[in-house]
This record gives sequence, C-alpha cells and structure tokens, in this order.
Amino acid sequence: MRSSAKFAAMTAVMLAGTSPTLAGTLEDVRAAGELACGVSEGVPGFSNANSEGIWEGLDADVCRAVAAAVLGDAGAVRFVPLASKQKVLAVSSGQVDLTSRTTTWTMKRDGAEGVDFTAVVYYDGQGFMISADAGISSATELNDVTVCLTTGTTTELNMTDFARANNLTMEAVVFEGKREAVEAYASGRCDALTTDSSQLAAFRTGFADPSAHVILPEVISKEPLAPLVAHGDNQWKDVVTWVVYGLIEAEELGVTQANVADMAANSGNPSIQRMLGSSGDTGGLVGLGSTWMVDVLSAVGNYGEIYERNLTATLGLERGLNAQWTAGGLLYAMPIR
Amino acid sequence: MQSRTVTFHASPPRPAPVNQTNAIGWMRRNLFGGWKDTAITLVLLAILLSFVPDLIQWLFLNATYQGDDDVCRQNGGACWPFIIEKFQVLMIGVYPQDLSWRPAVSALALMGLAALTYSGRIRGVTLIAAWAILPIFALIMIGGAFGMQKVDQSVWGGLMLSIMLALVGVIVSIPLGVLLALGRHYGSPTVKVLCVTFIELLRGVPLITILFMASVMMPLFLPPELVINNLLRIQIGMILFSSAYMAEVVRGGLQAIPKGQTEASLSLGVTPARTIAFVVVPQALRHVLPPLIGRCIALFKDTSLVIIVGLLDFLGMVKGAALDTDWLGFQAEAYVFAAFVYWLICYSLSLYGRRLEQRGPSAHT
Repeated sequence: MRSSAKFAAMTAVMLAGTSPTLAGTLEDVRAAGELACGVSEGVPGFSNANSEGIWEGLDADVCRAVAAAVLGDAGAVRFVPLASKQKVLAVSSGQVDLTSRTTTWTMKRDGAEGVDFTAVVYYDGQGFMISADAGISSATELNDVTVCLTTGTTTELNMTDFARANNLTMEAVVFEGKREAVEAYASGRCDALTTDSSQLAAFRTGFADPSAHVILPEVISKEPLAPLVAHGDNQWKDVVTWVVYGLIEAEELGVTQANVADMAANSGNPSIQRMLGSSGDTGGLVGLGSTWMVDVLSAVGNYGEIYERNLTATLGLERGLNAQWTAGGLLYAMPIR
Repeated sequence: MQSRTVTFHASPPRPAPVNQTNAIGWMRRNLFGGWKDTAITLVLLAILLSFVPDLIQWLFLNATYQGDDDVCRQNGGACWPFIIEKFQVLMIGVYPQDLSWRPAVSALALMGLAALTYSGRIRGVTLIAAWAILPIFALIMIGGAFGMQKVDQSVWGGLMLSIMLALVGVIVSIPLGVLLALGRHYGSPTVKVLCVTFIELLRGVPLITILFMASVMMPLFLPPELVINNLLRIQIGMILFSSAYMAEVVRGGLQAIPKGQTEASLSLGVTPARTIAFVVVPQALRHVLPPLIGRCIALFKDTSLVIIVGLLDFLGMVKGAALDTDWLGFQAEAYVFAAFVYWLICYSLSLYGRRLEQRGPSAHT
C-alpha cells in the first residue's frame, strides 16, 4: 500500500518535470535576457568551439539567429554543450530552451520523447567513403568489402539494409567512436568508411591527402536535421520554425547580411517588405518584433551565407540536397505572409 | 735486541677497478650480469629501437614549430603550432578569453599552495584551512562575485574544469569518507547499516551510471522551479562516488590500529570522541596514504568521463580542438599533449604521496 502510494507520488513528480513550462519559453527567454541553446560537444561545421572559445558552425548560427529574433542580440546565447544522449532530454526537461544539435527528425522522437521538431536546417544522409585507388564510383559496386563504422547508431542497420537490398557482401568493423572509426579507416583496417555524408567530408579534409579518397554519390538513409523544442509550447515552436524559414526565404529573395539594411529601406518587392517589416508586421504573428528578420540577417546572414561560411569554405561541402528548391534542392520555406 | 716499534699504516684505499665503476662496469653489473640479464636487455633494446627513433623523428625532428596547418601537413611531423594555437581553449574551455586572468590567478594560487604544501612550509591546521579555502577562492574568481562579472558554469571547461572537479571532489570526499568509515567501524547498528548500504550501493555502480543519473535523470525528478545546475549535480555525484571508495580505504587503516591504542587512550581519561579524532584517525590515515593518493589520482582521471554528460573538460576540449575545421587531422598531437598533461599532474601527485610517506612518523614501519 505504502509503496504504491510512494510510486504514485514519484510518477507525479516525474510528470511534473516533463510537462511543458507554464510561463511559455518565449517569455522565459525574454525575462532571462539570454537563450539557452543546446549544441554538440564538437561536430565540425555544425558546432565546435574555435581557438578563441567561440562556438562556430551551422547549428551554433541557428542559435544566434533565434537569439537575434527574440532578443535583438545574436550574442545573447548561452551555449550548452550536450552529449548525444542528453540532446532530447535536456530540452524536454527545460534545461535548455532549444536544442540545435545535428538531431535527426524521427517519428519516435517527435511523438514519444516529449519534443517537437521545428524546421529542417540540414538534409544529411549516410554515405560511403573509399580510397580513390579502388576505382569504385558507386556504392552498388561495394561487394566483399570491410566497412568501418560507429556502434550504437542506426548506421550499421542502414548499411545492412542497403547491402541486403543490393545483394552485396559487406563486413562491418565496429568502433565505439567516430574518431576511432576514421582512424581505423585511415590506417587501412577497412576498405570503406560509412557515416553521415557531411561528416565524411569533414573527416576527409583532415587526411594527409584528401584527394586520395572519394565519397560515393549514393546516400543510403534520410537524416533530416532540425532544431527541437519542448513538446507543447506551440508559440515557442512557431518562433524557432519561422526563424529557420526566414533564413531560407531570405536566401531565396536575395537578402544578405550586407544588403539587408538597404533592402529594408528601399526594396519594392512585397515579399521582402513583408519579411523585413517595411510593410505589415509578420514578426507580430508569432510574438516577435516587426524587425525580427532585419535583426537576424544583419547578425548571421541568410541560410546560404551561413552554409557557405561553415560548411563550404571550411569543409568543402557542396549544397546538394540543401540547395533551394529553385536550384534542385529540398529547401522550401513556407511563405512569410 | 733493540725493540723497534713498527707503526701500522693502512695503505690508502685504492679506487675500485675502473671496469667496475665506469659506465661499462655499471652496464656489466646491471644489464649484462648473466646470460638471462643479457637476453632481457637485448630484447628490451630491440623493442625500444623499433619505435623510439620514429617517435623522436615525429615528435621533434620532423615536427613543425611555426606556421599554419598547411605547413604542418607538408612537413608530416608533429604539429606544435596547433597546440600553441589551442592552448588557451584547452586550459579554460570556452570561458571568455578577456577574463582569462581570473582562472590564471586561481591557477597561480593553486600552484603556490601546492608548492608550499610540497616543501612542508605549512602544516597542520593551516594546511587544512588553506586547502579548504582555495576552492572557494577559485570558485569566486572563476564564477564571479562581489561585483565581478558573472560567468555562467556552462562555459567553464578545459583543464580548469578537470582540476576543479577533482580538487573539490578530493577535498570534500576525504572527510566524508572518514566519517563513513568511522560509522561503519564504530557506529551503532543503525548507523552501520546506513553506512554499509551507502558504500556498497555507490561502489556497486559504475561512475558513468552515477553521472548519467545526476545529469539526465535528476532533472526529471526535480520540480521545474528547482534548477540545480548541471555542473553542481555532476560534482555532487562524483563526491558521493569517491567518498564511498575513500571510506573503504580509510576503514582498512582503522582495522590496522591495534586495540591497545584505544584502550591506552581511554584509560588515560581521554574521551572516546577525542580518542578517535586524535589517536585513531591520524594513525589510520598514515597507514593508508598510498591507496588514498591512488584514489585521488583515479578521481582526477575519472573527471575525463564528464564529456558523456556534456561537460567540456580537458579531454573534451582536446577532442573538440581536433575537430576544428581549420585544424582537422591533428588529433594525434592533441592526444599526445593530453597524455603529457595528465601524466605530469598524476606523477606530481604520486611524488607528493611518496614524500608524505617518507616524512611521516610511520616511515620506519
């Protein structure tokens, strides 16, 4: 009897802990004057501390964009490094306002783990890298090969599925961490290496001779990466979602960090006027100020600029799936009106 | 017959034969004393020769000391500019660099106090008080108080964080461990059961589990209004874990104290509490110094596990540095540097431990 009462009390406490914050994250962030943003402990191109101790990367810039939109100050971000296992719980338990940390949008996370995904900031997918000497140009030719990969992720399952579907024999050589897998591949323990394509590109830049390795064109899994917020706080979810759409829309409309002030004052394009608050108040629709996108763009630039700065200039990543829909990619911002 | 007194003069001692004292003699005695010694020496020499020259080549001869990542990649040897460039983030993590004098002052205070302790200038109560005050001073300097700009704990990192976790862990867990050991050794049945349960529960669980509980599970059980920051939760977890081990170490020392000591003290009219505090515990601690120092070293190395709960300690920053897009591919240098720093700190600790053992009154035992 007593123990069951205790258990009920514990469950109640647990539920109270996971339930959405009552005040609303938007007000909380405004009251705190800073955005607590969960990032990774170090994924090149996405979030990593540079030599000055400043967080760099696409995910870090998304945090800055949200802070700029909400607080008018892209510097008002408290970056909270999160381990992979914490990334969902940290946001559902309210330790961070937003997790922007290479997290794949899956039904299980969205439905059962107390979080909501906002909008995709990067379409990733699992790929293969192999030595250029092997003369292989397609993953479907990867027969009788050993492949280095990381344990505990969906990577191995994806590869097994792919091998079975294509009648290939692939032997997995499993490692605890990505670095170890890469080192093993570099030292010739396996013929090929598989992980997310963006990471393959990053690791390739670190090799003594990057041109000696090719990344095969096949992408064998869908890894849409999106920032996540706590489940149930619809207003906050709207804010983050539309900031991401704003970044994408700005690129489509040609509004950049350099010309945003000029565009806000002089552009005759109604879409640009609406987005930048020169006519109407789109920011007000989600509880932000009318100059929300001016603040965002003058702080971090549009999606294309963020991508170029963090992924193309440093890791040599092509836009690929992450090009605008007008250029054959998947980026399609919902209309801001 | 005239007697003659012959005084015996000892002839001056001759130096030992040259072939016994010079390098060759030393080698003959120590390295080639017999066919077994010779064989072992030759095998070890072959092993050393198989990698040491390459290692020196990589570490020093082919190494790059100035320049950027491109120069490093061309040279092929170790890339020391990478470590120089990353030195500050490795030391203090993402802590604001314009405030880096504050951790630096704390580090100087720590090194000064360590030097005083090692040389034996301060002892007894002063020593204990100084080490109790140091972490508080460091926390105030690093975190900011009394009008200094506040720096949130989420940006504390690097070697600073590792040392802080270990230092606070050791300083709090040793007294806690002593109390637990006393409770287990002398306590009433209830106290004994409580202490044993605590010790066995925490010793029976890996540290990683405790860190996960502290970081991931605890926020679920606490009401949302009560926010204990991540670092504090982790620190508490480490202290509890470490104190369970310390308790068992100290208990070993308690058991080694002969009953006569207690009885003699009590029969002199010393109260039981004072007997334990001034007769038993000091002797017990002296007996267990080596394993106690060993636990301190282990705790320092255990701090590298906090990366799995998102704290960027020294090793975490080392990993991050190796993933910087400007410096990809130099993780070997990063890990060599990390190994060197860990070794330096752990070796200093064990040197101090050895010194304590020599200096203590129980040195003859």
